[in-house]
Amino acid sequence: MDALTLAVIQAGLQQVCNEMDLAFSRSAFSPVIAEADDRSDGIYAAEDGALIAQGEGGLPVFVGAMQHSAGHLIRLIGEGAVAAPEAGDIYIVNDPYLGGTHLMDVRFARPFFVDGELFCWLQNTGHWPDTGGMVPGGFSAHATEVEQEGLRLPPVKLFKRGAMDREILSIIQSNIRVAEQRIGDIKAQAAALLVGEKRLGELVARYGAATLKDAIALIRDRAAERMRAEIRRMPAATWRAEAFVDSDGVVNEPLRIALAVTRQGDTLTFDFTGSSKPCAGPMNSVWATTYSAVCLGVKHIFPDVPINAGTFAPLNIVRPEGTFLDARYPRPVSGCAAEVSQRIAEAVFLCLVQALPEEVTAAPAGTSGNFALGGTDPARGASYVMYQITGGGYGGNAHEDGLSNGCSTIGISKTAPVEVMEQYYPVLFRRFALREGSGGAGAHRGGFGVHYEVELLRGEARASFVMDHGRFGPPGVLGGGDGAPNEVRIHRGGTTTIPLHLSKDQGIALSPGDRVEVMTPGGGGYGAPYARDPALVARDVRRGYYTAAQAAASWGVAVTAEGGVDEAATAALRKGRAA
Amino acid sequence: MTRRIAGIDVGGTFTDLVMQEADGTIRIAKVPTTSANQAGGVLAAIEAAGTTPAALDLIVHGTTATTNAVLERKLAKVGLITTAGFRDVLELGRRTRPRAYGMSGSFEPLIPREWRREVPERMDARGAVVTPLDEAAVAREARALLAEGCEALVIHFLHAYANPAHELRAGEIVRSIWPNAYVTLGHALLSEFREYERGTTASVNAAVQPVLDRYIRHLQDRLAEAGHPRDLLVMNGNGGTVPARAVAQEAAKTVMSGPASGVMAAAATLAQSGVRNAITCDMGGTSTDVALIAGGVPEVSAELSIAYGLPIHLPMVDVRTVGAGGGSIAWIDRGGMLRVGPESAGSMPGPICYGRGGTRPTVTDANLLLGRLDPDALLATGRRVSVDEVREAFARDIGDPLGMTPEQAAEAVIRLANVLMAGAIRMVSLSRGHDPRDFALFAFGGAGPLHAVALAREIGIPEVFVPFRPGLTNALGCLVADLRQDVVNTLNRGLDDIAEDEIATVLAAQAARGRAGVEAGGAEVERIETRHVAEMQFRGQTHLIRVPLGSATPSRAEVQAAFEAAYFARFQVHLPEIRAVLVNLTTSVVGRRHAFDLRALAAGAAGEARLGTRRIYADGTWHEATIWRRESLAEGARIVGPAVLQQADATIILEPGSDAVVDSLGNLRVRA
Repeated sequence: MDALTLAVIQAGLQQVCNEMDLAFSRSAFSPVIAEADDRSDGIYAAEDGALIAQGEGGLPVFVGAMQHSAGHLIRLIGEGAVAAPEAGDIYIVNDPYLGGTHLMDVRFARPFFVDGELFCWLQNTGHWPDTGGMVPGGFSAHATEVEQEGLRLPPVKLFKRGAMDREILSIIQSNIRVAEQRIGDIKAQAAALLVGEKRLGELVARYGAATLKDAIALIRDRAAERMRAEIRRMPAATWRAEAFVDSDGVVNEPLRIALAVTRQGDTLTFDFTGSSKPCAGPMNSVWATTYSAVCLGVKHIFPDVPINAGTFAPLNIVRPEGTFLDARYPRPVSGCAAEVSQRIAEAVFLCLVQALPEEVTAAPAGTSGNFALGGTDPARGASYVMYQITGGGYGGNAHEDGLSNGCSTIGISKTAPVEVMEQYYPVLFRRFALREGSGGAGAHRGGFGVHYEVELLRGEARASFVMDHGRFGPPGVLGGGDGAPNEVRIHRGGTTTIPLHLSKDQGIALSPGDRVEVMTPGGGGYGAPYARDPALVARDVRRGYYTAAQAAASWGVAVTAEGGVDEAATAALRKGRAA
Repeated sequence: MTRRIAGIDVGGTFTDLVMQEADGTIRIAKVPTTSANQAGGVLAAIEAAGTTPAALDLIVHGTTATTNAVLERKLAKVGLITTAGFRDVLELGRRTRPRAYGMSGSFEPLIPREWRREVPERMDARGAVVTPLDEAAVAREARALLAEGCEALVIHFLHAYANPAHELRAGEIVRSIWPNAYVTLGHALLSEFREYERGTTASVNAAVQPVLDRYIRHLQDRLAEAGHPRDLLVMNGNGGTVPARAVAQEAAKTVMSGPASGVMAAAATLAQSGVRNAITCDMGGTSTDVALIAGGVPEVSAELSIAYGLPIHLPMVDVRTVGAGGGSIAWIDRGGMLRVGPESAGSMPGPICYGRGGTRPTVTDANLLLGRLDPDALLATGRRVSVDEVREAFARDIGDPLGMTPEQAAEAVIRLANVLMAGAIRMVSLSRGHDPRDFALFAFGGAGPLHAVALAREIGIPEVFVPFRPGLTNALGCLVADLRQDVVNTLNRGLDDIAEDEIATVLAAQAARGRAGVEAGGAEVERIETRHVAEMQFRGQTHLIRVPLGSATPSRAEVQAAFEAAYFARFQVHLPEIRAVLVNLTTSVVGRRHAFDLRALAAGAAGEARLGTRRIYADGTWHEATIWRRESLAEGARIVGPAVLQQADATIILEPGSDAVVDSLGNLRVRA
C-alpha cells in the first residue's frame, strides 16, 4: 500500500473518532460529559477488540482501557454468554471487572457490519453522574464491596436492531439518582456511535473494506515500529520507582505501587511485583485501568504517538495478579480511575525520567482534588451537591519549571470559577490562591498547588473528599526536592481538625461559619537546586513564591531585603555543594 | 457621496491598501510592513497608491500592533489591585495544561505576582457588600505600584459584574493618583461573571493600551503633518470600527482584529453575490484561519483566546486557527509514516524555495515542485533557489525512504495536508452545529486559493468562491466595515426569576450606551441598527447558546420560546422540564456606513488574459495546464481545469475536472 493512502486512511479513522467525541459532548446533557469531556470514543477490531483508533479529545484515562472492554464483550459473545450482535444493536456495560474503570464509566458498543459481516466495533464510554450506590455520584470513600458503589451491568443490548429496550431502561432508571436526566445522555451516547457508523461507512465506500482492513493492519504495525524506535533510544537497563496512595479510605495505611521498568531489545516491560495486596476500601484498580494508566503515562511522555493497539504492543505490561492493581470481584474500585491511575502514571514517570532525563518531568500533583459539599440551602429551599476539583503543581523538567494549578494527569477538565460556585451554592471563598512554597526545589522547580478556603454560609451540610498525595509530596527527581503534600483542614466552631486519612473522608458535618481549607500538592523539583540560577531564585522570592529563608535553605541563595542576590553570601552557602 | 476612503490593513508581511476614489474607481497598493513602527508602512501604502493623506477624506485602519505586542510580550508594565485572597487568580487560571498529552509547558501571566496587590473588600454573588472597601489601602497600593514603575493599572474585584460600586470607587481614588488614563476597571470592559476570564481580559487591555495609544497618536500626528488632520476609524475584533480617539480605552478589542476584517470583507462580498453560507479559509504560512458565515452573518463568539492561558472574553468574530499552512514541514516519523506538520518552517527560515536557509521540505515547496506555483514569480527574498534543489530535498527526505519519485512525494504531501486541513475545518463547523457541505468555501490569503479546490473536494463542498482580490481581503474589510459597539451585562438568573420589564430595561440602557459610543466619533453613518442577543443555558449547563432577540422589549415568554427554538435547532432536543437561565444580555449597535459597491473592484478588466501553458502535476501525472492572468478575465469568462490563474496577490489552481466562471463582481465561482 502506498504511503499516501496509508496516511490518509489513518487520518480518516482518526477523524471518525474525533467526530464521535464531538457529537457525544455536544449533545450530552451532563456537565461531566458536555463540559469536562469525561468520555471517549473509538474503533475496535472485530476479532479481539484491539484498538484501531480513538478520539484525540477523549479523557486521557481511557487511552488503553476500552480495548479490554471490547475484548471481554467479544469473548462473552463467542462463549454464548451474551447474545450475538445484529445491525443496529448497542450493548451497554459498566462492569469494572470486564475491562472497565469504575461503575460510573458506562460503555456503549455497536457492531459495524460491511455486507453483512462484522467489520469492527464502535465503542464509547461516558461518565454518568450517578449509577446508584451508597453516596450520590458514586465516590464513596468507605465502600468495602462493589455493590455499595452502584448498579453493575453486564453486557446487555440496550438497543436491539435500532430500538431502545424500554424494560432494560426502566431497570436502570429505577436504580440511579436523577434518572429523568439520563435519557438525554443515553441518546447522546448512542447518537455518537451513529455518527461514527456513518463516517466510517463513507471511508469504506471510498477505499473498500479490503483496503481498509489492510491499512488498519499496517497502521498498527507502523505504530508499533514507532514505539519500538522510541524504546530503542533508551539504554538497556532496569529502572525502579515507588508511588504511594495515602490509604484506601477504610484502613489507614499507605498502599504501595512498586514498579520496575526494563528495556530489553525493542520491548519495555512494566512489572508491579511488590505492590500492596488488594485493599478493603475503594482504592483498588481493575486490570484494564492499571493497563490504561501505564499507556497514559507513556502517551504523556511521547504525546505524538497515535492511540492504537500497535503503539502499546511493545509495552509488556505484566498483569499484577494478587495486588491492589488487579482487583477482582467484589473489591470496591471507585477510586481507581481518578486517583490510583494517577499514582501508576507517576511511577511510570519516575522510572522513565531515569531513562530519558531530557524528556520526562518530575512527579506532578497527580490528584483530581475532588471535594464535594452536599446540603440544603434554606434561602432557596433546595438541596444541592457542590463539586470542587482543583489542580496542583506539575513537575519541573530539563527545560523549564513546572506548571502551576495543572489539571489532573488523567483529566482535561477545567475548574469552575469562584464566582460561579458562589452563584449556585451557599458558600463564600475566603481565598483562592497560589500555594506559596509548594513547588519542590530544583534546578527547575515544581509548579505550585492551590490554597483555597471556603466557608459555609447557610444551612447544614456534609463535606467529602477523595484526594491523594497527603502523606508524601510528589517526588522530585535527579536531585530535586519533593513538592508539598496535599493538606485538608476543617475549621469548625473555633477548632481545627485534620481528617484521619488526610486526603479522604466523607460525611463531615458542617454548620454555617465553618470552613474547609484545602492546599493541593506542588510538583516535584527537577535536578539539583544548587544548579538553579540565583537570579531566578531571587525573582521567586520577590514574587513571594518562597521566603528568603527557603531560598537559602533549599537553593543556597542569599536574597537581600531588596530582593537581589547577595553574591558573596550565596557563594558561601553554595560552597562545597555539587551543582 | 463623493468621498475618498482608504482601507489600510497592516499584516505580518505586507501593508495593504484598497481605496475608493470620489468617482467610485479603485486604487490598490501593497507595500512591506514596517514592523518597528507600522505608521511608516501606512504612509508608504498611501504613497504607493498614488495619492496623499491630504487627499483622503477618511482612513479606516486595521493594525496588528496589539496582536504582536501580546504574542511577543512587548507590553506595558501593568499593576493589579484586587480583592484580598484572590491576587493569584490570573496566574492559576482554570486548571488546564497547554496540550491534552504531555506534562510540560509553562505559562506566565501578563501581570507578574509582585505587581498584583490585594486590598480588603468583598461583594457576594448577589452584589451585597461582605467587606467594605479599604480606601486607604487602594491609595497606598496604587502609589506603591506607581513607584515600582507600572504604567497601566487594572482594578479587578470579585463579583464586580453584580455590583461595580467598589471598582468604581477604587477607580476614582486611583485616578486622583495615576498620572495617565491607563486605568482599566474589570467590569467596565466586560460585565460578565468568571473572574479569571474577566480579569485576564482586563489585563490584556491594560497591557496593550499604552502601546496602542502611542501608536495611534504617532500615526495621527504623521497623517496630520501630511495634511490629514481627521480622526481615523480603527478595526476591532468584532468586525466593526471605532474612532481612533476612543480606541485605546478598549484596546483589547483590537487584539484579534486582523482575522475579523477578512471575514467582514468576505461577508460583504458574499452578500453582494447572493451567497448566504460560506466557510472562509485564509491560509497563511504557519496557520489557517477558518470562520463561518451562516445566513449572511459572520458568527460571533465571546470565548476566544489569543494564546494558551489568555482568554479575551469580548464579543469577536469567531475565527478559529488551524495549525497548518504553507510552511508546514513534511517528514517521516520513526514508524515510517508520512507526516505533515505540526512543525512549521514559519517565515524564518521559511520553505526551502524562499532561500532564507530552510532545508526541510514544506507544503509550499511541494506546490513549487509540481508547477502549481510559478517559480519565476515567487516572492523569494533571500537566495535564489532552483527547482532542482527543492526536488532533491523531496527525494532525500520523503521520496527515497518511501519509494516514490520526488513528484509523487510532493503530491502526497499536498494531499495529506489537504486531508488534515479538511478534517480540522469539519470539526470547526460541526462544533457549531453546521454540516460544512451546506456551505461554499471562500478562499483568500496568499495560499488559500492554491489549495481551495482540492480542499473543497476533500470536505465535500461543491462550490469554491475566490474574491477578485484574495490577497487584499483584510484591507477591503476595513473599507466595508461599519462602526460597532457591543455592550454586555450578566444576569445569570432563572428566566422565571427575572421581572417582566427587567430585560427591556437592561436592553434600553445597553442600546443607549452603544449608540453614544457609535456617535462619539462623529464619523459619517447612514443609519444605526441595534441588535440584541440573549446568551442562555439550561440550569446546570455551562455552555451558552446565543439567542437573537427579535425585539428590544421581549416578554419572558418570548425569550423562553426563542431559546427553546435555538436549542432545538442546534441539538435536536426539547427539555421542557428544565429551567432556562438567562446568563448574559448583549446589545450590538452598528452604525452603517455608505455601502461600498464591489463591482468597482473588478472594473476595467482588460488585456490578454491567456498567458500560455505550464506543466502542473496532479493525480499522479503531469498535465499541460493553461495559465491565465486573473485580473484580465472579463465577466462571464469560463476557465476549465487544469488551469492556473495568476494574479499579483495570489495563485489559484483549478484541478483537472473543475471549472470556473467569473461573475459580475469579478469573483471566481469554481465548481469543484
